[in-house]
Amino acid sequence: MDAAATPTLSASQARVARRTLDLAKALKEAAFWALITLGLSIPILSFRTDQGQSNELILRPRWGLVALLCALVFALRLIGETVGSHRRSRPARPQALATDPSQLSAIQRIGTFGLPVFLGIAVTFPLLIYLGKGGLSESRYWVDLGILILTYVMLGWGLNIVVGLAGLLDLGYVAFYAVGAYAYALLATTYGLSFWICLPLAGILAAFWGILLGFPVLRLRGDYLAIVTLAFGEIIRLVLINWVALTNGGAGISSIPRVSFFGIPFNADDDGFAKVFGLEFHPMHRIIFLYYLILVLALITNFVTLRLRKLPVGRAWEALREDEIACRSLGINTVNTKLTAFAMGAMFGGFAGSFFAVRQGFVSPESFNFLESAIILAIVVLGGMGSQFGVAIAAVALIGGPELLRNLEFTKHIFGEGFDPNEYRLLIFGLGMVAMMVWRPRGLIATREPSVILKERKSIAGSLVKEGHG
Amino acid sequence: MRWLADAVLTVEHLTMRFGGLVAVSDLSFRAGRRDITAIIGPNGAGKTTVFNCITGFYKPTEGMISLNQENGATFLLERLPGHRIAWKARVARTFQNIRLFSGMTVLENLLVAQHNPLMIASGFTFLGVLGVGGYAQAERQAIEKASYWLEKTRLVDRADDPAGDLPYGAQRRLEIARAMCTDPVLLCLDEPAAGLNPRESTELNQLLKSIRDEHGTSILLIEHDMSVVMEISDHVVVLDYGTKISDGTPREVRDDQRVIAAYLGVEDEEVAVVEAEVGV
Repeated sequence: MDAAATPTLSASQARVARRTLDLAKALKEAAFWALITLGLSIPILSFRTDQGQSNELILRPRWGLVALLCALVFALRLIGETVGSHRRSRPARPQALATDPSQLSAIQRIGTFGLPVFLGIAVTFPLLIYLGKGGLSESRYWVDLGILILTYVMLGWGLNIVVGLAGLLDLGYVAFYAVGAYAYALLATTYGLSFWICLPLAGILAAFWGILLGFPVLRLRGDYLAIVTLAFGEIIRLVLINWVALTNGGAGISSIPRVSFFGIPFNADDDGFAKVFGLEFHPMHRIIFLYYLILVLALITNFVTLRLRKLPVGRAWEALREDEIACRSLGINTVNTKLTAFAMGAMFGGFAGSFFAVRQGFVSPESFNFLESAIILAIVVLGGMGSQFGVAIAAVALIGGPELLRNLEFTKHIFGEGFDPNEYRLLIFGLGMVAMMVWRPRGLIATREPSVILKERKSIAGSLVKEGHG
Repeated sequence: MRWLADAVLTVEHLTMRFGGLVAVSDLSFRAGRRDITAIIGPNGAGKTTVFNCITGFYKPTEGMISLNQENGATFLLERLPGHRIAWKARVARTFQNIRLFSGMTVLENLLVAQHNPLMIASGFTFLGVLGVGGYAQAERQAIEKASYWLEKTRLVDRADDPAGDLPYGAQRRLEIARAMCTDPVLLCLDEPAAGLNPRESTELNQLLKSIRDEHGTSILLIEHDMSVVMEISDHVVVLDYGTKISDGTPREVRDDQRVIAAYLGVEDEEVAVVEAEVGV
């Protein structure tokens, strides 16, 4: 009996001992982090340069702020450590449960049930905004934002083919966006072709450039591929700036013909859209039409991608991401397969680009810098590579989120009148990224859905799915 | 000597150099149609290099590798790009370190193996996207073929599980099933029994025999497990330091003094003792 009791006693003693040890360790850890914060704060935060009365530069010390920040980091780290150690001491969950549908995380659950809701909101968005804002003119800002988000959803879906499915890291995706935009701008202003003819042409041109880029980079993997695609994006931008005779250089191309309702222009004339349909003329008609245009384009992108995933070419892309050598041993032409991935991704980028041009009525090389590529890639990575729904959510969060910041009036009451939350946009963006890397390194929706099933549909845990050599 | 009369694979004067290192030197051998041909040899003898030359992963420095299909078509493998060796000459292979598409399901793995016929059925994607043509029918047939091989390798219950979740022995079987889904004339197996327990080894023997007998596929295999080699192979080629030191039926090879010396490195008078010890 004694023998049975002793181990339990000693076990609980050990647990107590470990807890105090944990606390000491946590305190040490927190102090360490506070010290790092102090070190970082000294050059960044502790002094503020101001202009004095006679225009001289004075340093205003802000040690209170530094102390506050250090205390905050100390407290957060301490909480993090104690919670973390508590979590670590719990028995590890069996790995197999990760694929069990009953164990899906909340976000994955949204993925299965939220889809119709999401689509419904997207389709009725202009109406909802119209009703909510009580007028066409008042809803302009929101419909514009919707168009912007949907453009990025489409770009994300396009890039998802290259990065998410084929596993080729493309840092120059914006180049194809630019090709599409300039293709429409030049064809429409030079030859007077209508948008509906230019749209497929822009897609084909972008796909052509995708193949052209694809050829030299086929042998490259990983970092090298990323660098070459990055360079390609820059080359396109520099050509657009410097080939003044064709592209009008940095000044860009303006007065690009606006979109028409399948030939009926959106203006107040007798043969304009409003008159033909017996409506009162309003500039919002065009904006709402643009909204539905990009919605349809994005949905086509999604439909085609989902379709391709179930076709041999889509499976070959995913197989290529998993193991290129095995693909070759099974008779898959890896060169052609990579090229089709580049071409498909580029084509949708080209469609989005020509939409961009017709919406803005103006294109210039400035719209196609590296930051755009980075944002599109961030959308894909954040959404979960290969997951269509995840990419859509990520686009809403990354594009809609910063706009939301602009409208957070209450922060002014907390931090004073001069506070503009929009200035902290990139900081919050970065924090969000770090948080994602810590908690959901495989993106919002990390599981992969099989493209074909024999008996039963099971999601595949993200940990098994490779990210490709790109 | 079936391999001399009707060879599916003829390797002539194959040499593979990596810089100054000669991995395979002037190797010639034949593999008979519907034979199980084993390539054995000590570690570093150049067996996998020979495999990589046959399946197009290396371009041989010298020599000729020709594959003769039953209908009389001949392919010079050293001149074909890797994917065409699998698709046109119909040589399939597995890998020493298993190379499955671990994030795809078992069934998907087997469908990827049928990429080329399915690609044609989907009108090179153009018809498939629009949903016209006979792609749905072709996919059903592909799934049927996959199911057949899943039954045969006892994986049908795991068909919808990711390949990376399977236990090691099942992954080995799946790799063979995947290779067989390409309808190969010649199946090259790189150490299929490595890491298998005795029961799984016996099962593998049955599977390989049935592939040979029921499907008429010729098998070329690299193997260290002598119980597998001696039991199922019709023909054994022994390599050492990149050259062939023996070639014949398992019985002939087993009694070849050079083979024994290469493996065991002992004097002739001690061979009997050592042989008894290792149970060859």
